[in-house]
Amino acid sequence: MKLGFALRLAVRESRHGFRRVGVYMAAITLGVAALVAIHSFRDDVARSVQEEADVLMGADARFEANRPLPDSVTHIIDSLSAAGVDVSRVTTTLSMVLAPKSGDVRLLQVQALQGGFPFYGEVETTPAHSWGRHAREGVALVDPAVLTQLQISLGDTLAVGRVRVPVVATVENTPTDLGYQTAVGPRVYVSQATLDSAGLLGFGSLARYAVYLRMPDEGARHALRQRYSSVLRATDVSFRLAEDQAHRLSNSIRFLGRFLGLVGLGALLLGGIGVASAVQVYVRERRPAVAVLRCLGADQWTVFAAYVVQAAALGLIGSGVGVALGAATQRVLPVLLAGVLPVPVSTRFSPAAAAAGVGIGVWVAVVFAFIPLLEIKDVPPLQALRQDFEPPRRRRDPWRIGAYSALLASVFLLCGVEAPETSVGLVFAVALLVTVALLAAVAWGLTRLTRRFFPTRASYPVRQGVSNLFRPHNQTLSVTLALGFGAFVVGTVMQVEGSLLDDLTVSFGQGRPNVLLFDVQKDQVDSLRTLLPASARAGLEVTPLIMSRITAIDGRTPAELRSDSMIPREERPRRWALRREYRNTYRAKLGSAETLVAGRWWDGTPAAGDSGRAVSAGDLVPVSLEEGIAQDLKVGLGDTISWNVGGMPVESVVTSIRHVEWSRLQPNFFAIFKPGYIDDAPQTIIMLARIPDPTRRADFQRALVHVFPNVSALDFSRVQEAIDSVLSRVRTAVTFLALFSALAGILVLVGALATSRLQRTREGALLKTLGARRTQVLTVLFTEYLALGTLATAAGLALAWIASAIMVPHVFQVTFHTHPVPLLVIWGAVAGLTLAVGLAGSRGLLRRPPLAVLREVPE
Amino acid sequence: MMIVAQGLEKTYTSGGRPLPVLRDIDLEVAPESFVAVVGPSGSGKTTLLGLLAGLDVPSAGRVVLDGQDLFALTEDERAGFRAERVGFVFQTFHLLPTLTALENVLVPLELRGGGRGLRSRATELLDHVGLGDRMHHYPAQLSGGEQQRVALARAFANQPRILFADEPTGNLDQETGAAIVAMLEELNREARTTLVMVTHDQALAERAHRIVRLAGGCIVADEEAGAPAPSADGTDSAAPRP
Repeated sequence: MKLGFALRLAVRESRHGFRRVGVYMAAITLGVAALVAIHSFRDDVARSVQEEADVLMGADARFEANRPLPDSVTHIIDSLSAAGVDVSRVTTTLSMVLAPKSGDVRLLQVQALQGGFPFYGEVETTPAHSWGRHAREGVALVDPAVLTQLQISLGDTLAVGRVRVPVVATVENTPTDLGYQTAVGPRVYVSQATLDSAGLLGFGSLARYAVYLRMPDEGARHALRQRYSSVLRATDVSFRLAEDQAHRLSNSIRFLGRFLGLVGLGALLLGGIGVASAVQVYVRERRPAVAVLRCLGADQWTVFAAYVVQAAALGLIGSGVGVALGAATQRVLPVLLAGVLPVPVSTRFSPAAAAAGVGIGVWVAVVFAFIPLLEIKDVPPLQALRQDFEPPRRRRDPWRIGAYSALLASVFLLCGVEAPETSVGLVFAVALLVTVALLAAVAWGLTRLTRRFFPTRASYPVRQGVSNLFRPHNQTLSVTLALGFGAFVVGTVMQVEGSLLDDLTVSFGQGRPNVLLFDVQKDQVDSLRTLLPASARAGLEVTPLIMSRITAIDGRTPAELRSDSMIPREERPRRWALRREYRNTYRAKLGSAETLVAGRWWDGTPAAGDSGRAVSAGDLVPVSLEEGIAQDLKVGLGDTISWNVGGMPVESVVTSIRHVEWSRLQPNFFAIFKPGYIDDAPQTIIMLARIPDPTRRADFQRALVHVFPNVSALDFSRVQEAIDSVLSRVRTAVTFLALFSALAGILVLVGALATSRLQRTREGALLKTLGARRTQVLTVLFTEYLALGTLATAAGLALAWIASAIMVPHVFQVTFHTHPVPLLVIWGAVAGLTLAVGLAGSRGLLRRPPLAVLREVPE
Repeated sequence: MMIVAQGLEKTYTSGGRPLPVLRDIDLEVAPESFVAVVGPSGSGKTTLLGLLAGLDVPSAGRVVLDGQDLFALTEDERAGFRAERVGFVFQTFHLLPTLTALENVLVPLELRGGGRGLRSRATELLDHVGLGDRMHHYPAQLSGGEQQRVALARAFANQPRILFADEPTGNLDQETGAAIVAMLEELNREARTTLVMVTHDQALAERAHRIVRLAGGCIVADEEAGAPAPSADGTDSAAPRP
């Protein structure tokens, strides 16, 4: 091989090559841009979260529970405080808050502060520096939304439970805020003393009790966790360090990042296919020149090397442009996702992401270009004498096998690295390969079927167009692969995205209750019913909540179960399931989101597809468990569970297991007791009502706060709005990145059609020479492109649908829903694009005299 | 002998059936001679040229070119051999469209390697074919005759021992074609190259020393032509007769 000559040739050739390989470069550019943007953005978020770890928590460590902290923990906190550690107490609950001036009420979060929280970061208020006044002076601060929702201004008072507090300032920005935290309701900030006298912290109220510590010495706080771990484990208090929280946050965002990574990978692989088809066209054009070079004595590797060098160089340039585009995109993402991200994300050019982008870009460019380029090496010098000479193809060319293996390995490697988990990446890679194989099968079937069922009666141009699909040198395989694969990637991204967003979108639906009343006491139910508008009374759902804890399973206490060395660790009941506080209920009927999977319901109805083993309860309370919790507790039909229900012991036996659709927004339960046994246990009630008219809903809430100040009402339509605004941002960001895939897909299409453009142009010119009119030539082309476009896209989308239906439940663990509209839109768009691009490529042919075309276009 | 072909056969497979194109060709070509290969379309002229130049592999027989058994070499060794000792002129010129006239002439020189002076040699050659002022033009900017002159310059760049020409005037008008042939003959004489030319132009063939006629894949006639062959000792006897 003569490397010097190869390099010189590469440089000279590339002077002319650039225009033709624009598609090639653009494909790589898009893929690299998507990857670099996503990688850098991921780095940005992770770095910002880590940097802001203490600010995010507002402290160095936190104790937290959903009930007042037990004495054992309070003792620890007191001793820390005595040792000089800064301690601050924050209690948050939900309550209806009334503005006496306007008469408006809203369900708000009431956050009570004692001490100097947050220890890190600045809370911005209007007027400035007002943070802390509420803790000291017994006044209230509010989120700005409170002012608008309740139609009050600074200086007015709010009625929170039994107390009235003046509002002195608004809180513009707290460093500890996660964007979605205000979804439940904007906040009112008061002092711990105010909250206590408001009387909101009754039995069963939804409150979080937190104590924050300032312990800047990392060693000290780790030692603290070490020392008290056994004390804490005996309680349900969580103890978390700032760095743990940041770590968990980055993890949850990393998942989003990884999903985006797959989107980027899709764009890059599409780019690879674009490269392959562009190079194929290029190689076809260069064959005569290569044959001459071989005649002149260049050996096959020298010529081959010259073109590999060109591929790598163009890959490098394409990747470089991609890095620049990606860096620009990186700056757009935090803007699109503002309000979803936990911290203000500062973008920083990431040399690692850029280097990875260039590396991956060049690698993909070369690996995908390699296979068509191998043809260069096999161009026989004899072709200089005889253009129609085709050497017999060598079977099992080791280079070809090597090139395909390298391509396969690269796809697996890239998928493995980019996917949320390696196993997901492997599944993704296998799915891609199966797709390519199936598309090839579809193309083969198409050529066979059109030949078999040839439309012999159709007009000549249509017959000519159809026969283009199967005659020698047809483009059916390459276009089906490229188009089908493009449609597959874009279709899959859209289907998965749709299902993920569906899962996040809590559907309140038509006719569903839209007001949730909670903290209702049992004796208030009847009078509350009369307070509701008459239309809402019939559909009212009343559900009791019974706070319960497990004291024993089959007679053995949680501690015994956890420490039983006879049982392998993974077969012991889960700690959290044994320890948690259960909100159980009793009810006569199975809910609409529930199906029985084992045992029998109270009335004897057996589980579907199960013999419905009947468990006789004896004098124990029959209980129905949700299947997941039954698994975590390692219990089945006939096992007994002992509960502590508000101090009262209850012995129950599992008589059925239920499957629950948790994503439906309605009260669902791990354990349901049969009515008639524990109906008198201490309980609070939640009620679901439907009040469609917004004015009536507001009237009802106003009345409610006067008559039953302890009852809170949650207006779902507000929650819906808050969730929708967060989701629409996620959707925008994902769609934005999917755009890269779509653009790469279009490039692939252009590249695939270009592979046969010269041939089609020449044929068209010949047809015109023989007397074909323009419309006839157009019909030939139209028929071929329409058939290819519609069939290949349909095949790709069908495969996308199947892949999503498999991937969504198994990889993302979300229920799969078909989204036919995007599929149809892609189908129409791609088929239309195929026609447009195909016909646009032939416009010169149609406009100009045939001889001019024939003279220009080589055979 | 410069070229010795013995028992040369070439059979292609077409539609699963063997299609013999050349049968049992024996041919010897003396150094510095000018041989025209003529015959009707499909008689096997181009196939024979391809085999003699080592561009294709015969089904049977052997070719010894300038003392080297071509098919005892690997594909790449044959390429190296061509770079050293063989030149080509094609009917369709086959200049590399992406290279300038000068760069086209440089290709065989650079392929063979060999340090400095390549550029001046290429320039000299282009001057010699009368294109000194068009060196930096691309093939598309040159007329057919000019392109073929560049091709001649390229063919002689390496001072090859043997030159193969495939219908070198086939794509040119008569006048331009005659000029090209005159130039070819002149270069051939100066460089003392052995020239094998495929043509079906009888007038052109008459200018060779010897005419080999092919029909149906066999040599049907092998005759002295109008021009005298060089003497066996290699001295130039192609001077015009009195």
